[in-house]
Amino acid sequence: MAPAVQLKGIHKIYPGVIANDRVDWTLEWGQIHALLGENGAGKSTLMNVLYGMTRPDAGEIHVDGRQVEIPAPSAAIKLGIGMVHQHFQLVGPLTVAQNILLGCEPRLGPFFHTRKANQRVADLADRVGLPVDPTARVEQLPVGMQQRVEILKVLQRDARILIFDEPTAVLTPQEIDELGAVMKRLAQEGRALVFITHKMREVMAIATDVTVMRAGRVIGSTTPSATSAGELAAMVVGRPLAPVAEVPARLGGEVVLEIRDLHAANDRGLEALEGVSIDVRQGEIVGIIGVEGNGQSELVEVITGLRKASSGQLRLLGEGIAGATVRQRREKGVGHVAEDRLRHAVVTAYSIADNLVLDRYYLPPYSRNAMLDDRAITRNGATSLERYRIKAPDARTPVSSLSGGNQQKVVVARELDPNHRLLVVSQPTRGVDAGAAEFIHDQIRQLCDAGAAVLLVTNELDELMVLADRIGVMFHGKIAGWRVRGSCSREELGRMMIAGAGSGPLPGGAA
Amino acid sequence: MDFAMFIALLAATLQLATPLILGSLTGIWSERSGVVNIAIEGIMLTGAFAGYTVAEQTLDVARWSLGPIPGNLLLGVLAACVAGALLALVHAFWSLKLRTDQIISGTALNILALGLTAYLLRLIYDVGGSPKLPSTLPPLFVWNLTNSHGETISAQFTPIMLLSLVLVVATHLVLFHTPWGLRTLAAGEHPTTVRTLGMSLDAIRYTNLAIGGAIAGLAGAFLTLEQVGQFNENMTAGKGFIALAVMIFGRWKPFYALAAALFFGLADASQVLLQTWGIQIPAEFLEMLPYVLTLVALMGLVGRTRGPAAVGQI
Repeated sequence: MAPAVQLKGIHKIYPGVIANDRVDWTLEWGQIHALLGENGAGKSTLMNVLYGMTRPDAGEIHVDGRQVEIPAPSAAIKLGIGMVHQHFQLVGPLTVAQNILLGCEPRLGPFFHTRKANQRVADLADRVGLPVDPTARVEQLPVGMQQRVEILKVLQRDARILIFDEPTAVLTPQEIDELGAVMKRLAQEGRALVFITHKMREVMAIATDVTVMRAGRVIGSTTPSATSAGELAAMVVGRPLAPVAEVPARLGGEVVLEIRDLHAANDRGLEALEGVSIDVRQGEIVGIIGVEGNGQSELVEVITGLRKASSGQLRLLGEGIAGATVRQRREKGVGHVAEDRLRHAVVTAYSIADNLVLDRYYLPPYSRNAMLDDRAITRNGATSLERYRIKAPDARTPVSSLSGGNQQKVVVARELDPNHRLLVVSQPTRGVDAGAAEFIHDQIRQLCDAGAAVLLVTNELDELMVLADRIGVMFHGKIAGWRVRGSCSREELGRMMIAGAGSGPLPGGAA
Repeated sequence: MDFAMFIALLAATLQLATPLILGSLTGIWSERSGVVNIAIEGIMLTGAFAGYTVAEQTLDVARWSLGPIPGNLLLGVLAACVAGALLALVHAFWSLKLRTDQIISGTALNILALGLTAYLLRLIYDVGGSPKLPSTLPPLFVWNLTNSHGETISAQFTPIMLLSLVLVVATHLVLFHTPWGLRTLAAGEHPTTVRTLGMSLDAIRYTNLAIGGAIAGLAGAFLTLEQVGQFNENMTAGKGFIALAVMIFGRWKPFYALAAALFFGLADASQVLLQTWGIQIPAEFLEMLPYVLTLVALMGLVGRTRGPAAVGQI
């Protein structure tokens, strides 16, 4: 049988960058083929070529043995190629059925046939074993369910070749397991699957084949059984990654952040925090994990001053800060790596240098006599550019032209200031490649070793397991239980996240 | 107030609300597909001018009639719709092809329409202004009622007035119950979805803007061919902007917009009401009312309503 997809000599140049350098790549039927590589390695470009969103400058595409042209997504869809996008292509206010059948709607005269649409989606969901409620509004569904709608949308169009672009980036561990099972089933039915990812664990667990890309080229292909996560990571980065040192969990020094019985409402006015108590000590990293929507975001916002607490105490080095403004808190030494970097951490139209002083532009040396000192700001930017290995021509480059990983490095460079006493870090490596993630983790550890207290909120169990000294699981606006790193398993944490059970003793936690 | 007065007030309300109903529908068609359209005012004015001029120029040519409607007026209405659609397509071309800021493009069209219609008016009719048409669109049906004083009051329902109600229903059905409507909403909420599904975003937006433009043109025809019978400089007097407020007030939904437009129309028509109650308020204050209401509505509601998510995004 001819391979599902054969790409020959795909070449694509963007101004100043070779995104794909004569790439040859083959996808066989029944494969789950992982595409690994750092941000900017050319994976997305390659997949966009296959889905007709990018025209290559040179090269051939063969689908099922025939050479084809794919000038637009509509051509890809006709060839049986479907894409599950990283940023879901869903229309929030429409129903599940309307989203899935958009563009191939069942009609009743001139009208959309709602009953038939719901029936058709229910049948499809049944057939492929992905149950959904066709009448639910997509914006009200949890992320994992939205992704399921996205997959059904692709299957509805009879896709036999499925592209998943970073499908696990926003999923909880349980949802990732479910997705893995679904992908395996789709492959067993004879489809060809390819997925882009940064996470070695998923490659090892889900993929049947792996291709690693770096700087626009294919570095090599292998199978998970013939390699190891460490070997793959080294291929991705181009150098061996330092093994994560097994440092025993630290016991911190004096209490930097003291939270007692904290209550707060979410945007809809419902109680999001229902009595949270946490101590974060000097020199320790306290990790908080939970299924999204259990109050983690609100907790971070209350600590950093973006949201008002309705009751409870918040003390920084013994001083109450519940009433302090964001600037006052920052001046007292609170750093914040925000969860949504584009909304809360960078101004993309500003340069790297300007972004680096957003929290201190009004202080000397950046401001003199009510005027900004551009030279001082640029000099500071150039220093950080080098120290944090931000890939950009110079410090005057706008942040909008950086890759996600480099944008995050800009945020980290600003927030991981040695003068900060408390660092609140939220999803620090979301959408960031392995090399940059390793770097960011190192920086956080260093700051902590230098005496800062770190509160790390993340959805990534892996990140938590390597960074946090103590782990608190949030469930329904409360800390359901504490664990010390090294004395708990992923499975145990996963269970606590969904069930909230297992609130054991509170080692080193708030009394 | 007796029944006859009530019906008369209702008819007056609907009459004053008609341009607002149609204008808000223009906004809905446009913004639901993701394009901000503040050129409603200019499109309406252009439609009014085109409608009047064609009707006036074909007065002697079109001697036929369709039922009670003279041929020249019918041609005028048609011309108003075509002119409206064309102007809306200019907005679409500037916004979608040339990527002009949509507010700037709309503002430019408003200014262009104001200047161009005034200029052409002078050019064609000289300083004397536009001659009054011998007839305007006749009412499709008249309701004669007797009030408590034994006087006869007639409520007239004219063609475009009634057509505006039909268009409210039609817009609702198309937007929320047809495949085309589904694609329109998708284009306004999440345009990349439309692209990734292999559909043409431009086709959806150009079409919707043209339909909306034709409706605003119709609103212009209502002013010249159904109400006044002649064209005056800047005769829309901000109705296109109030229609924009009506659209927001009506949360981008046709029936809500209809209710909002009637509310504004009522504010206008209440002059009649207040006079029957013998309340003396200077006319200037009453004339101010719709504009004040617009401000109040926008202040109170803009923050709390949510339009199409991707409006203004290319």
